[in-house]
Amino acid sequence: MTSGSTLAIEATGLAKSYGETRAVAGVDLAVPAGAIYGVLGPNGAGKTTTIRMLATIVPPDAGTARVLGHDVVTEADAVRGLVSLTGQLASVDEELTGRENLVLVGRLLGHRRAAARARADELLEAFGIAGAAGKLVKHYSGGMRRRLDIAASIVVTPQLAFLDEPTTGLDPRSRNQVWEIVRALVAEGTTVLLCTQYLEEADQLADGIVVIDRGRVIAEGTPGQLKASVGNGALHVRLLDPARRPEAARLLESAVGTVTLEPDPAALSAACSDADRAATAVGALGRAGVGLADFSLDQPSLDEVFLSLTGHLAEEPAPATQEAS
Amino acid sequence: MTATAPRTDADTAAVRRAIASTARPPRPGPLATALTFGWRGMLKIKHVPEQLIDVTITPVLFVLMFTYLFGGALAGSTSAYLQYVLPGILVMSVVFTTVYSGVALNTDLTKGVVDRFRSLPIWRPAPLLGALLGDSVRYVLAGTVILVLGVALGYRPEGGAAGALAALALVVVFSFGLSWVYSAVGLVLRSPSAVLNGGFMVLFPLTFLSNVFVDPRTLPGPLRAFVDVNPISVLATATRSLMAGAPDGTAIAVSLAVAAGLAAVFLPVTTRLYRSR
Repeated sequence: MTSGSTLAIEATGLAKSYGETRAVAGVDLAVPAGAIYGVLGPNGAGKTTTIRMLATIVPPDAGTARVLGHDVVTEADAVRGLVSLTGQLASVDEELTGRENLVLVGRLLGHRRAAARARADELLEAFGIAGAAGKLVKHYSGGMRRRLDIAASIVVTPQLAFLDEPTTGLDPRSRNQVWEIVRALVAEGTTVLLCTQYLEEADQLADGIVVIDRGRVIAEGTPGQLKASVGNGALHVRLLDPARRPEAARLLESAVGTVTLEPDPAALSAACSDADRAATAVGALGRAGVGLADFSLDQPSLDEVFLSLTGHLAEEPAPATQEAS
Repeated sequence: MTATAPRTDADTAAVRRAIASTARPPRPGPLATALTFGWRGMLKIKHVPEQLIDVTITPVLFVLMFTYLFGGALAGSTSAYLQYVLPGILVMSVVFTTVYSGVALNTDLTKGVVDRFRSLPIWRPAPLLGALLGDSVRYVLAGTVILVLGVALGYRPEGGAAGALAALALVVVFSFGLSWVYSAVGLVLRSPSAVLNGGFMVLFPLTFLSNVFVDPRTLPGPLRAFVDVNPISVLATATRSLMAGAPDGTAIAVSLAVAAGLAAVFLPVTTRLYRSR
């Protein structure tokens, strides 16, 4: 999929350890320019460490990486001049106001005072933070802080933006706003490397995805390819009586295919893409007298992709509602 | 603000315009970058002026306590002792403030903003140098509080205002050198309170085992030998001489050399630690 296209990021065998912990154990990446590329994985998979190496914040122990054609170790300064980082902890100064944060970044990038102020005001207005421009960031809501963080990353529009879990902890409305901003960024020509533990986020935004688990890439492709790799769909069944699940599993196994027992003791699912076969399977359950609470046939989610790739759940935490009034 | 609530949503069309409308300015020089970080330090003092209370209240208490409690017994009269101790307390108060440079740096590291600075195309030592330049303003403020208090209590520098200013300048320059040590400590230790405790554990004995509070002539031999070579004593001697209008060239030169030496050793160490943490 990379043939002929320019690569924004090329990494080979990137590795980083902290003490005994191998945070990243040999990651290869080929990220095409001009798209959103998702790095998907649970907490502690090595996503943040990977992004920190690519953004030249920490040097890799082993392996090499080129970002926009520059080596992250020997040409770190050139890389820094082309990229921006929105960190997992909001990379803004909580003890300054929102406006001061943006003016600070503008000044550090070389804007004269008046230009830095004008740019700060333009961004505050566009990102809906103008009303709180003079408030200290520590009093901002989670959503405002995130938007300010992204605004700080585009004081000078980067060619490549690293976004490390930009919506973690946000309520759905704030999350949608951040997604809109990310789409706008790509529409204007910036390449985005997006780390996320939210499968839905990668599905919504990313053109290509790598799945990382325990410091290694375990799968790569478009969201569609990843879904296809675990079959085209699944029949979900929930029983009235959990005690009859083994029997139901046997029936489904013979009628359609591989059965997965779900965490809910009354639920199970079977890989299946054909509606007729699903109907036959449900009918077989009915004839055997296994009462159903409900059933459904759906396309696989990235959750299922993750489960089938890693053998464990992505441990997606419930989204917190941080957006204060 | 008008009666309408401020818009709290991002405006996608405006975001696209803002993203599209940028030109990259030329990179600023190292000094301009460091001064921008100094400006950041000033803003923090402006937003949290209480932090200055920390660094001024202890020296003020020391001036009052030593002058009125021990002064008569140590020097015959409180006014004679104030004349002796005030330059020493100026040294102590400003030198103590350097610990807060390490505390501030340590606090900074726990926040995500450091990652932002590290990902910017800027001169690497600029955040550190700028922070310490900002801290120098704090040193001047701490020193000024002590000088004003001293004069209010009856202290009179024989060297006049010029002597007092020269003394303040010397103390601030020395502290700037010393603050690189505490920046390194701030980068090595795990928590801000560890930096604070560790810093004072070293500075308290160094300050008391000096000529800041008492004339070392009465001290037993070995102790006196230590007091005489203690850089805090040398700095206090230099400061006293400037305020008295009779500059002690040797003591001033040694103080400046110690400051330069500390900076020369710890500036690279600190910069390296900052990069790797």
